This record gives sequence, structure tokens and C-alpha cells, in this order.
Amino acid sequence: MSLQQTLPLNGVTAERSAHYRGDHLLIAGLIEAGSRVLDVGCGDGDLLQLLEGRGIDGRGIELSREGVNRCVAKGLAVVQGDADTDLVNYPDDAFDYVILSQTLQATRQPKTVLENLLRIGRSAIVTFPNFGFWRMRLQLLIGGHMPRTENLPATWYDTPNIHFCTIKDFVQLCDEIGVKMERSWALDVYGRPLRLNLPWWFWNMFGEQGVFLLSRAGSAK
Amino acid sequence: MVSVRSKPSSAKGPISADERSLEADHPHSLLAQFGADQPLKLDCGIDLSPFQIAYQTYGELNADRTNAIIVCHALTGDQHVANVHPVTGKPGWWETMVGPGRPLDTNHYFIICSNVIGGCLGSTGPASINPATGKVWGLEFPVITIPDMVRAQAMLLDRLGIDTLFCVVGGSMGGMQALQWTAAYPNRVFSALAIACSTRHSAQNIAFHELGRQAVMADPDWRGGQYADSDGAQPHRGLAVARMAAHITYLSDAALHRKFGRRMQDRELPTFSFDADFQVESYLRYQGSSFVERFDANSYLYLTRAMDYFDIAGDHDGVLAEAFRGIKTRFCVVSFTSDWLFPTSESRALVHALNASSARVSFAEIETDRGHDAFLLEVPEFFDISRAFLQSAGKARGLNNGS
Repeated sequence: MSLQQTLPLNGVTAERSAHYRGDHLLIAGLIEAGSRVLDVGCGDGDLLQLLEGRGIDGRGIELSREGVNRCVAKGLAVVQGDADTDLVNYPDDAFDYVILSQTLQATRQPKTVLENLLRIGRSAIVTFPNFGFWRMRLQLLIGGHMPRTENLPATWYDTPNIHFCTIKDFVQLCDEIGVKMERSWALDVYGRPLRLNLPWWFWNMFGEQGVFLLSRAGSAK
Repeated sequence: MVSVRSKPSSAKGPISADERSLEADHPHSLLAQFGADQPLKLDCGIDLSPFQIAYQTYGELNADRTNAIIVCHALTGDQHVANVHPVTGKPGWWETMVGPGRPLDTNHYFIICSNVIGGCLGSTGPASINPATGKVWGLEFPVITIPDMVRAQAMLLDRLGIDTLFCVVGGSMGGMQALQWTAAYPNRVFSALAIACSTRHSAQNIAFHELGRQAVMADPDWRGGQYADSDGAQPHRGLAVARMAAHITYLSDAALHRKFGRRMQDRELPTFSFDADFQVESYLRYQGSSFVERFDANSYLYLTRAMDYFDIAGDHDGVLAEAFRGIKTRFCVVSFTSDWLFPTSESRALVHALNASSARVSFAEIETDRGHDAFLLEVPEFFDISRAFLQSAGKARGLNNGS
């Protein structure tokens, strides 16, 4: 399936889709109605609302109290919790998909979190900002300062993002812990997927974020 | 549908013991009486029979009988959620939460609240007359538990012809009952809103309750619990002290400081006596003395005991998640940052167990300095969350509830 087929999303008008983040629309397109989904680091619940509207049973965990309360006030099944410490409370195979959207870089133990995602869920969908993006590289190389972008505006001293990686780094981690990459995408600064038939180094240079659909190695899927 | 009988109370002023004790057997509430053929099977092994449940209802039951909500009251609460209290003449204890357009919207939901078994506002308890002796039960009354209270409520629900609750809602001891409902009758509870509560009473909380009970028992007027047999004195001093101690646990350091600080009560200088020089002392004394007018001392002993015994995990080999295995009920758990009686950590333990059972749960911690009592107060964020949870559950239940 190509990304052009994934986007725009069935049931979401072009007008409405402008309200959603590109990676959210991409994720929503991957998940079948009736699936059980856990969104780890669900923020204000935008993705969960998008999923619920598509007949998907979504739950969420969010670290910030304000985020949680906004989610619960929208009627979403969201609990206050920490991806690093609270995923252990979920049983194996509790969900069809576990989503970690723009949160991996803020965890203390990305590797453990990733392992937990694929213990709790049969599949995991991980999106993260690509630190190999050319503008990031340029800021460090030419500017000589830690990169800041529109999507990652925080300065180095107040950012919650403590574990940045590149698409290449992430692929390596997946190999290391024996995670199977079912599908992957690189999105541009507008959240639009780059063409599929490009080499990894191109994605790593021109993808502003990476999106990965993962499953356990050796699983039949 | 049953209408609400709310009596504007007679002349206010000191309420006589007679007036209150009358309420224990002949309440200004709807009554469900259960005869010898329908005993209440208590955890202590005794069949309580006959017994009665006093309750209030608000709103109307829909044709499908799918919009019923049970509100479970807290330790010193009662069934008068949203009507003038027949003894004190004050507004209902949760009028901010229950009513037309409120989060528990009586335009959409049929709200039931019953006085707990062991209470003193019309449901059978130690202040009721024991039909076998013609005397007030007193300490002859069997020790009751939170599961006993919920069992009685389930019998009331049967009597009302309601199979499944749309929601069970409660704070503090009411939250314990709400959780017990889901553990004991998972298929009868579509959703549960458990506020400022826990699945077990902590050692610290048991300790505070013991303090309160000892204060009551130390009052010479308590007379081994037989004070009802005498014409005169009730153990008001002991009960007031119990209430004062408990009331402190319902607030927070910050709230007390904000409300009273070290300000003096109607005076500029200390009196160098044990008068209530400080506003906070005067406030506590008032809380104590107003409480004894509406509450029975023995009932206070029984209900605090019921909370102490509460431990859902204990009933499931110590594994809390076992109590909720496979449960379909939608949960919303709410705690308050400054609540040190039922701190957020207790709610979090519950949420972890619910997660482990793959239950559908929302959990919000509300920032407030008002302590445990915050659940009874107007806290907008808490109301928004409660309203949204019920609307979302209502949508799933197929209720036309404004969602």
C-alpha cells in the first residue's frame, strides 16, 4: 500500500484532516476498526479522538496532568502515567496496537519502553523526530548550537526530550532488540510522507520525522 | 415515577434527640422494607431481618430502565443528596453535582441515593428499633461492612426493578461502595465514578478512626453504647471530638492556613485561657457541635468500622487485579493533589490494577489545596471531567444525554 492510498483518510474530510497532525492521519489509516489501541503519551487526546471516531477502542497514558485532564474532559479513557514506569502494569497482548507518537525521545529508557510496547501490543507504531534531518545537521554544523525547529522549539536546557535519535539510529535499535519493521515512512516538515522508493540515507537526511510499524520478530504476522 | 418528598424542616434551632431518633425509624424519605423472607446476609454471618432502606430519587427512570445512577454517600453523608435536609434544614450535600444541568443531570439520569445500612437516617442501623426487643439496637446491632452496604443497595435495586446501573458514583466511603459494586456485581454496573477513595483502608486511616471511636467511648454519656435507654444525655462531647479530629483529616495544611491562618476569633489578644482564641479552634468546635445534632454516636462507630475492614484485594488472595478480571465496566477514577486521607497513590494503585485487568479506565488527578473534602466542593475541573465521563459512557450506553 502506498502512502497516497493511506492519505487522505477515509471518513475524514480534507477540511477536517487539516486539524490533525500528519503522523496521526497516517497512524489512523493503519489501524482497522474494532482494534484495541493504547496511545502512550497521548497529549491532548487528538489521535485518540480521531481513532474513536473511526470505531477504534482507544486508551491513553499521558504524563502531564493538564493533558490527562483535558483528555478525560473529552470523555477519553486516559490515565495519568509514565511510559518509563507504568507500562509494566499492563498484561501481555492487551492491545492490538500500542502507539508511541513523538514520545520516544522523552523517555528515560527508550529501549525498555520499546520492548514493553511490543509485549503489551501485538504491533507497535512509533513516530519520532529525526535528528538526522538536514536542518538539524546544518544548525549544529554551521550554527554551532543545538538544533531547534518549529516542531521542537525548546532550548537544550528546558527540553523534555532527552534521547534524540536519527532514523538510522532507530533502525539499529530495532535490529538490536530483534524487532521486526513491518513498514516505515519518513515525513517531511508538513507531515507528508516522502516517496517510498528512496534509499535510507535520503530518508535520514530529508525526513523530518520517522514513522515505524513494528511487530515482534518471529511473529507470524 | 416516584416523586421526591422533601420536607422543609420545622423550626430550626437545637434538634432534639427525639427528632433525630424518629428519623432513624420513620425517615422523611422513600422506604423499602424487607421482611423475614428477604434477610440481608451480612459478612459477619448474621442474617439481618427484617430491615429497611431509606432512599431518595431524583429525575425519572427511562422506559428501558437504562439511565439509573446510584450515588453512594460518604461516612457522615446520607440519602439527602439534592434536597433540603429534614433534620438540619440545610441544602443537600451534593447539590452542586446533582440536579438539572449539573454533571449528574437529573434531566437525563434517574438518581438514587440510599442511606447505608448501619446509618442513622432511616436505613436499619444501631439507632433503629430492634423489633425483637422493642428497644434501640445499640451495640446489639451486628457489625456491618462495605460489601453489606452494597448488598443492601442491590436488593433495593431489585425492588425498584432495575437490573443494570448506568453508573455508580461515590466519593470517600461512597467511592469504596462504588468499587465494591464493580467487584461484586460487575455485570450490573455499566460505569463507575470513584472519587477520592481507595480499594482498602490504610493503617493511618484506621488509626484516625480508632481515635474517633475511643473519643466516643470515653464519653461517660456513651454508657457502653446504651445511651438511648436513658432519657437524657447523649455522648455528644465524645462524638464532637471524634468529628473534630476527623474534620482535620478532610482538609489540608494549606486550606486551613488559607482559611484561618493564626487569626484570632473576635478578639485582638490571647486570653491566656483555653477558650477558642483562634478562629480555627472556633471553626472546629462548631463542626463538632453541629455534627452531633444530626448523627448517632453508635452509627459513627459502626460506619468507621466498616471502612476499616474494607480491602477488596484481601477478598481476592491479595491480588487486586483479580477483583476486576475481565470487567466490562467503564471506570473513571479521580483524586485530589492535597488529599492526604485518600492520596493519589491509592487511586494510582487502583488504576494499575484496572490496567492489568484491561479495564477501560480514565484517571485524573485534580490540583487543589482543599484536601479530601474537595470532592464535595465546587471544583470546576472535577465537574467537567465527571460530566464528560458520564456523557461519553451515556453515548456508549445509547442514552440521549446531551453528549
